[in-house]
Amino acid sequence: MAEKEPAVPQTAATDPGGEAARSVPTSVGIERPVDTPKKAKRRDSGSGWKGLLGFLSPVVVLILWEIAVPLGFVDGRFFPPPHAIAGTFWKMTLDGTLFADVRVSLVRIILGFLAGAIPGLIVGLSMGLFRPVRWILRPVISATYPIPKLALMPLIILMFGFGETQKVITIALGTFFMVLINTMAGVLNLDKIYLDVAKNYGASRRDFYTRIALPGAMPLIFTGLELGMGMALLLIVAAEMTGAVSGIGYRIWAAQAVFKTKEMFVAFIMISLLGYLFAEGLSSLQRRVIPWKQL
Amino acid sequence: MAEKIVIKGLTKEFVTRDRVVTAVKDVDLTINEGEFVCIVGPSGCGKTTLLRILADLETETRGDIRVVHSDPSKPLNSMVFQEQSIFPWMNVRKNIGFGLKCRRVNKRIIEETVERYIQMIGLQKFGEAYPHQLSGGMKQRVSVARAFANDPEILLMDEPFAALDEQNKIMLQEELLKIWETERKTVVFITHSIDEALTLADRVIIMTSHPGTFKMSVDVDLPRPRRIAELRSDPHFNRLFTELWGVLREEVYKAKANEGLTINDDEFHPDHSQTLADESRLVL
Repeated sequence: MAEKEPAVPQTAATDPGGEAARSVPTSVGIERPVDTPKKAKRRDSGSGWKGLLGFLSPVVVLILWEIAVPLGFVDGRFFPPPHAIAGTFWKMTLDGTLFADVRVSLVRIILGFLAGAIPGLIVGLSMGLFRPVRWILRPVISATYPIPKLALMPLIILMFGFGETQKVITIALGTFFMVLINTMAGVLNLDKIYLDVAKNYGASRRDFYTRIALPGAMPLIFTGLELGMGMALLLIVAAEMTGAVSGIGYRIWAAQAVFKTKEMFVAFIMISLLGYLFAEGLSSLQRRVIPWKQL
Repeated sequence: MAEKIVIKGLTKEFVTRDRVVTAVKDVDLTINEGEFVCIVGPSGCGKTTLLRILADLETETRGDIRVVHSDPSKPLNSMVFQEQSIFPWMNVRKNIGFGLKCRRVNKRIIEETVERYIQMIGLQKFGEAYPHQLSGGMKQRVSVARAFANDPEILLMDEPFAALDEQNKIMLQEELLKIWETERKTVVFITHSIDEALTLADRVIIMTSHPGTFKMSVDVDLPRPRRIAELRSDPHFNRLFTELWGVLREEVYKAKANEGLTINDDEFHPDHSQTLADESRLVL
């Protein structure tokens, strides 16, 4: 009977990737690939009306916003009109602050992400593969996972001061758990038949890791990476709240102190853009790494 | 012919939470080198369990199994599973070459072998395709090719064509006959279809249900190479069919009467639904 896995919160209990590929109804007898490219469907940005509407809706929002401020429906001190934000955006681009902020934050995010994702992947695979490892580590993970990483920040600051290390570690912690839990779930969700096959065909321990567990868990590993990325963006803002002199998060807090909401919105835009680029990057990587998963 | 598999008094019991289920009981069976044996029985008779024990995926509770491993450079057995078992994350070529790769066979030899079997199953155009792009029949072909390519001394096949429609089933049976008639490996083939058993086997073994035990063995003295279309109209084939069905029918009725007690083959394996972790602990 399937072993219950109640202790660790199963953020990953969504679709265990491989499942989709396996349960595809196949038209037996017709000897041709059942697969047809479904790019248009998947990307949801098809041509025609759908694309046009998708483009128009934010534009309409911006226009309404622009009009609403002078009409007094929206408080321009908190929501500066889009053209003013655009002006500030341009100014910050020209004087280099925007680039500097993005670069600093990007380095922190990438370092923190890697420092969290790689151990998360390794520990997650081991916990998925080996029951004793799971027994030993699960209580620790279960106990530490629910603690908000923000709550740990004061401790991290005490330990590492206000340097880069503190920021990288804060982000790494958030990423670590996301990747770990999803990786473990990915391995545990593997259909046992594949292990029977591997065993029957003489797979070594290394084969089990590299040819079965890792590729098989890949869809959920990517879910973990995506969640970890979101976590990293969230934490960068918090981590740059204190002891930073640059960075996108720093910009937001600094702007607040002097009531420069326009700069704040520029920072929002950059975070949104970074999030979008990361998501795109991950999903293109995913398409390359998991060509076997029917999307 | 030399004895290849000798099974004596084989018993397998599964301990569930509140009782002990005997899946296979006191099975005696001898299979010769190069023999194609089909095991037929009502569902729930422990055929799959028997095969899994032979494949070393399950351990017997009692009894004695002797399998002659004559060529240590070859794997002893390779199994073709009933359910979809080719790896979704490997393309057709990688799937077929999986066993060879695990054995660290020379790359060039792997390529050649894979090429040969991909031709044999007619999937030349699908070498780079992934399983989700294949139909059920094609997937099962790959599964069969994977086992043959591994070049084992014994092939274990667990109702490999059960999930396929009639046309595909016949085509795959023909391909299997063709491949087997050139290679003459020892095959233990599980099926619930008398038709299939008579079409393929040198010998058909009937098992009783609940608990599964040896009932009778019938030699299928139909000439080879066999052609499925001709077999169907062969009076001897039909005589054998009638004879076997007479025996099997009894067992099926008995199984039906025991329905409440009978456990279907899948449920027979308590650890079948266990997680990877539990299994890999046994393996690693």
